[in-house]
Amino acid sequence: MDFSFAQFLHELWIARVPLLQGVGITIASAALAIVAGTVLGVFVGLALTYGAAPLRLPMRGYTDFIRGTPVLVLVLASYYILGTAGIQLGPFQAGVLALAVFCSSHVGEIVRGALQAIHKGQIEAAKAIGLTFSQTFVSVLMPQAIRQILPTWVNTAAEMVKASTLLSIIGVGDLLLASQEVISRTFMNMPFYLFAGFLYFAINFGIERFGRFVERKTHIPS
Amino acid sequence: MTTNPILEIRNLHKHYGDVEVLKGVDCSMQRGDVVCVIGSSGSGKTTMLRCINMLEEFSDGSIRIDGEDIGYELRDGRRQRKSEKEVARQRALTGMAFQQFNLFPHMSAAENVMLGLVKVKKMTRDEARAVAEKWLDRVGLLSRRDHYPGQLSGGQQQRVAIARAIAMSPRLMLFDEVTSALDPELVNEVLVVIQDLAREGMTMLLVTHEMRFAFEVSTRVIFMNQGRIGEEGDPKEMFLRPKSERLAEFLKNSSFH
Amino acid sequence: MDYALNFAAVWRSFDKLLQGLGLSLLLAVGAIAIGVAIGLVLGFALVSRHAAARRLARSYVTVIRNTPILVLVLFVYFALPDLGLQLEGVESFVLTLAVYSGAYLAEVFRAGLLSVPKGVREAGQAIGLTRWQINASIVGPLMLRNVLPSLGSTIISLFKDTSLAAVIAVPELTFEARKINIESFRVVETWIVASLLYVGTCTVLAALFRHVERRLAVPR
Repeated sequence: MDFSFAQFLHELWIARVPLLQGVGITIASAALAIVAGTVLGVFVGLALTYGAAPLRLPMRGYTDFIRGTPVLVLVLASYYILGTAGIQLGPFQAGVLALAVFCSSHVGEIVRGALQAIHKGQIEAAKAIGLTFSQTFVSVLMPQAIRQILPTWVNTAAEMVKASTLLSIIGVGDLLLASQEVISRTFMNMPFYLFAGFLYFAINFGIERFGRFVERKTHIPS
Repeated sequence: MTTNPILEIRNLHKHYGDVEVLKGVDCSMQRGDVVCVIGSSGSGKTTMLRCINMLEEFSDGSIRIDGEDIGYELRDGRRQRKSEKEVARQRALTGMAFQQFNLFPHMSAAENVMLGLVKVKKMTRDEARAVAEKWLDRVGLLSRRDHYPGQLSGGQQQRVAIARAIAMSPRLMLFDEVTSALDPELVNEVLVVIQDLAREGMTMLLVTHEMRFAFEVSTRVIFMNQGRIGEEGDPKEMFLRPKSERLAEFLKNSSFH
Repeated sequence: MDYALNFAAVWRSFDKLLQGLGLSLLLAVGAIAIGVAIGLVLGFALVSRHAAARRLARSYVTVIRNTPILVLVLFVYFALPDLGLQLEGVESFVLTLAVYSGAYLAEVFRAGLLSVPKGVREAGQAIGLTRWQINASIVGPLMLRNVLPSLGSTIISLFKDTSLAAVIAVPELTFEARKINIESFRVVETWIVASLLYVGTCTVLAALFRHVERRLAVPR
């Protein structure tokens, strides 16, 4: 390598604005995808658990199809199909949409798994007291399901941050693309890839810590 | 003076697909009766119990609690199922304790008992707490009111489950093999609670394997066999002088002597 | 929007897609084979009595699992040459995916090792077996049975990650699909077919794993 640490810091300072903007785009795209994906995913999960066959089976097909497809394929498909043919959606929207769909299939499975893991006897006990289904769902099922869902969901959120890097491939100015632009100007591959890697690591590590904190807080004493 | 029987079952039939599990069961109970239902597995005793609070649907016949038709009614000449909301309301007329306790693990003992009081009986949280504590005390577990099910022994959990059911002031208490899942040394504490409730005049229907308990505590015993009532009567009479072969066979193979 | 579905263009290039799929599978096999070896070593290290081994393995796993795979791919391909390690696309990607797999498989194996009852190891010690023998003949095989379900799903997930090789111009399935998409403008058809190929392969892999699970299951 023919540059020093001081030179790296110098270039880092010059590029601070685009890099920070990149971090902003990364967080924004991940956050939007997580929120939209979770909302959609909860509905998918409910449909998979309680839906009648005409609803549940197409949902099953949808989830299996999305989960069997690599995220990159979803992002590229979304970009090319929505960006060029018909609906005029920019790369950012197309990318976030793909990530949200991906997220929803995972959240759907998580919600289904958690709800189905609840012992049937719980529902019977609630019925025996005279609770309606919605009362049972709100007071008995969801509180227990949430405890199982939360740690896995936090994991999914971290996956979304990592998946947001794929948006750089379709030209969205996230942290990775911003880093690559700095690299193409300065030829400092090693330092800036390490730097980008470190930032992503820091964000995800923070999310992981948060997840463990949440798990501790919601633990039922036994 | 005639009073409505608390429970009146007439010609109860139930099918599981092709198999008929209940083949025309008749039963009635007055206030204060303590009836034990015995029989081998597959005899239909648990199914009959679960039809009373509509945890199982039944195909034909009628069940009346305090004169009210449960689950189904005759509308426009056809037998139709009542609405889910109506069925939920009717379920609160009875209380049920399960073999697996089925306490809500994410709630303390007190909260388990309070849930129905708040959501179904529409009490305020303070009112519900007072009632819950009264019944937890009744089953000897007031000191455990803030414990979670995971922190309680099997016998304690079952007593909380019984408190949860009784706190709803049901007309009829249903017990579904409530001691079968307990370690032997924990069975007695539950039976003592049930015996006390019986002495105080609670109307109860118990499916049980505890023959000694049935012999000593019940006012009547029903022996079920292959979806029908095989024999019915005073426990002392039935156990010591069984009239049918099947009952004699059953008593011989059970732990009662 | 009028867009008539026409699969002819995609069908004509279907052989290219299959070639791409073949390369995807090769990349997966190569990387996962190495990854399993790394994962086994790390898995044992994570539950080892030696704190140093545990800490080293834990650091490796934590760093890799929290870094986006795309960053790793680009790092190995573009940044490592700065240190003198210049690799072709395929080799570079296999190395990256192997290192990546190792971290995830380490967690799978760690969970598997923890699920083997301690008494089993003690029984081995009582007979006089060495640590090595116990691990190889008793703990290892038992762990493998417990681990098959999550091993299967992890491997299927890693197979899907081979799509990242497209970013460094390795001609696997996603790369070929993108080429066809650009050349034929058949956006919807191309990606439907590409997706179906991935989903189909994953389904076959899942069925294979279930079969292996059943074959290896301890008779009850």
